[in-house]
Amino acid sequence: MKGNKLIIYGLLLAFGLAAPFIFPAYKLQISFMWILVILALTWDVQGGQMGYNSFGNILFFGIGMYICAGIQIGMFFPLAEWTSSGGEKTFLHTPSQYFQGFFVGLVLAGIVPAIVAALIGYGILGLRGHYFAICTLGLGIAAGEIAGGIELIGAGQGMTAPPWPKGIGDTELRSEFFYFLCFILMVVTFIFLKWAYQTRFGLILNAIRDNEDKAEAMGIYTMRYKIIGWIVSAFFLGIAGGLMGNMVGYIEPTEIAFAGATYGVFMVLMAILGGKGTLWGPVIGAVAFHIFKEGFWTFFLGWQYVALGALIVVIVVFFPEGIMGWLREKYPEKFGEIVDEADRKAQVELK
Amino acid sequence: MSTILEVNQVYKYFGGVKANEDISLTVEQGSIVGLIGPNGSGKTTLFNSIVGTHPIDKGNIKFNDIEVSQLPVPTVAKLGLLRTFQQTRIYGKLNCIQNMLISSKPEKDTIFNIFSKIPEDLTTKAENLLQFVGLHQKRKLRAGDLSFGQQKLLELAMALMNEPKMLLLDEPTAGINPTLINGIIDRLIKVNKEFGITLLVIEHNMRVIMSLAQRIFCLAHGQMLAEGTPGQIKNDKRVIDAYLGAQ
Amino acid sequence: MDLLIFKAPILMVQASMDGILLGVLFALIAYGMALQWGVMNIINIAQGELVIMGGYIAYFMYTAGIHPALGIIVSPIIMYFVGWFLYKTVIYKVVDRDLFISILATFGISILTQQLMNFVFGADVVVAQSNFGTTMLFDNSVTLPNAKIFSALVSIIFAIALVMYMKKSRLGRAIRATAQNSRAAKILGVDTEKVYAATFGINAALCGVAGSLIAITFTLHPYVGLPYTVRSFMIVIVAGLGNLPGVALSGMGLGVFEEFADYILGTEFRIGSVFMLLVFILVYRRFKLSRKREYLK
Repeated sequence: MKGNKLIIYGLLLAFGLAAPFIFPAYKLQISFMWILVILALTWDVQGGQMGYNSFGNILFFGIGMYICAGIQIGMFFPLAEWTSSGGEKTFLHTPSQYFQGFFVGLVLAGIVPAIVAALIGYGILGLRGHYFAICTLGLGIAAGEIAGGIELIGAGQGMTAPPWPKGIGDTELRSEFFYFLCFILMVVTFIFLKWAYQTRFGLILNAIRDNEDKAEAMGIYTMRYKIIGWIVSAFFLGIAGGLMGNMVGYIEPTEIAFAGATYGVFMVLMAILGGKGTLWGPVIGAVAFHIFKEGFWTFFLGWQYVALGALIVVIVVFFPEGIMGWLREKYPEKFGEIVDEADRKAQVELK
Repeated sequence: MSTILEVNQVYKYFGGVKANEDISLTVEQGSIVGLIGPNGSGKTTLFNSIVGTHPIDKGNIKFNDIEVSQLPVPTVAKLGLLRTFQQTRIYGKLNCIQNMLISSKPEKDTIFNIFSKIPEDLTTKAENLLQFVGLHQKRKLRAGDLSFGQQKLLELAMALMNEPKMLLLDEPTAGINPTLINGIIDRLIKVNKEFGITLLVIEHNMRVIMSLAQRIFCLAHGQMLAEGTPGQIKNDKRVIDAYLGAQ
Repeated sequence: MDLLIFKAPILMVQASMDGILLGVLFALIAYGMALQWGVMNIINIAQGELVIMGGYIAYFMYTAGIHPALGIIVSPIIMYFVGWFLYKTVIYKVVDRDLFISILATFGISILTQQLMNFVFGADVVVAQSNFGTTMLFDNSVTLPNAKIFSALVSIIFAIALVMYMKKSRLGRAIRATAQNSRAAKILGVDTEKVYAATFGINAALCGVAGSLIAITFTLHPYVGLPYTVRSFMIVIVAGLGNLPGVALSGMGLGVFEEFADYILGTEFRIGSVFMLLVFILVYRRFKLSRKREYLK
């Protein structure tokens, strides 16, 4: 990478690592922001790069959340009893049990949604355009409704995640622990996608977006790549879900895990706001969205979701290219799009 | 010379419409064959049938002795049978070079090569082919920003990038600046003679197809009307009637 | 899973009749959705919210002492202007762009309206009592609230009225012309802006009627809009855009499906099964079309 870029990335990394100590009161807040970045980045793999606008990626987030907590608990205690008896009141994790369960849970929180994506991908990714969008919307919401009926994981009441073990530091340490996990996951997701987009895979996703029929006519087995893309998103979303469930401490099917009508849609909005189809767009969009939401939450007291709904409408209707799109128009050189006007206007000659 | 493409008694219906009725034709490897006929005679439908864009209702189609009518589109393309589209299809948001890169045949195409890097020398090959079709100066432009005629040239270059054995060209000179048509004819002949690519060309421009093709098939109302050398077709009364009658 | 229903045929009759009456109502909402999809190429995610809004108008009348059944007159009138207003402020910008933009924009509207209704009416589940009594059939083993019968009849009447309006009136014909070919219609002097606004308004009015019927037959809540949207979407894709009898039949089929699912899986899985049915229908269609190497457009 060029020297300048390396310096910028280095600075951002340093800032990210130092943030919980510079802004100690906002540790969990910023952790949550990193989760939003992951939501936006993974959505963009389908929505921005591949042109498949999914309203159901939250499915993987929720599955990861339940799997992680389920493993954390189920490895040591009977899950059904935990959920029915209010969990941590009757069972106590020792520190080693907590961390063992947590890490095994996180690993499976990535793997299980990835497997789900692989299984349903062939059917669902065969749909296109608005049919895909609405089908995935249905999936995301159905998952929440169905989870709300399963007693084992707490049904409509939800379930609690194992609390931070006693004797291992205070709430500050807990917050820092989760902060770094969220930050590292976000960085890993970013780096993986940055790398992936520079391979043939990235170009194929774009080709599918721009003209899927042409890609097939040129010999590309598009379904393969669609599914792999979904597996990648599912993996990172699942782990993010596992982290989120533990941070919040309480897992509820329709509001927190399979929050289809809220975060399922916000991930779309964040990517569009920042600029879909770009690597930094979703990041910028998620950060901007988070700041807007947190900053103005109290300001709009009572009217938050009204403001949010209005924001969606404004962005979608008036600002669909997002921040990156706007920057690209204004400063095309910065994006390596140096296009000579002479080239553009030149006549083609065939001698 | 062997037969590279064999279309046998192909039928294709769209509801009640008989788009292709009992079509049979053969194409010798290394030749240039023309497919003409008035609008609506079923030429593009036949192309679609051959490459597998839609299933056929009756008949069979053999490419290099392999039955292809049941195969999905990407598989047919990988066998070396490509087509271009009448309404150009390119990747609008990518630039010309990227359009070319993604059109190349990967060395290995398995699950394990999904994240392979694009080889450096491919860019050189892409630029050379763009130069060949006269688009070198425009190689950094977004494909969607090109004019219709320029997109047609890009589509041709993309097809060549894929090193096909046979290329079905759907009206390659339609929408092209008339001053460039001779250049296109020269290049198509070169593609055929030097790259060894067999061509089956749909054309409305009679001058073009007469100078290109060694053999011509004429369709009308979904059926095969006549076949022969350019000289024979030019003077075939049925062909003349079909075109005049279509007005 | 409770399979009692299959052992007691009378329960199946009950469920079927409930389902058919409910389904006719769904069909009315679906007709509105088909209307704006066909004419303006818009998939209105806020359809359910428009229905609930219409219902709250009837509920409001009820709390003010007026019989809520009169909502079927008042609600569509108010909702027509709501629809017209929404078109002039937001929808007009979204009409000629791709379908996904319309989905997102109407999603934004749905979130907005959900919150507004929550703000105005609170988050309690409410019902407007019609006191229409019940009809008993088959020796009192099948109970049909008269409100449900009333709402089915009203739905049918409105649907027929609308079909006739579309056939006979100038606006109706302008709408149908625009649906077929908006450019041609424009050239021939049809004011497409007016047509679009009116179409959206008519759709909102239909939702208003449906909503006020729901207010007296079921329950109202600010956040139960989305299932109505999904139901109408499903009915439209199963029946196809121009197929009015298909819409009616699919609506009734869906109603029956829901009632049976309610019995077999339990009420807590009712909404979930509606969404899963949507997924199932779409995936089934996908596989059927892929045999012809096509896909849903």
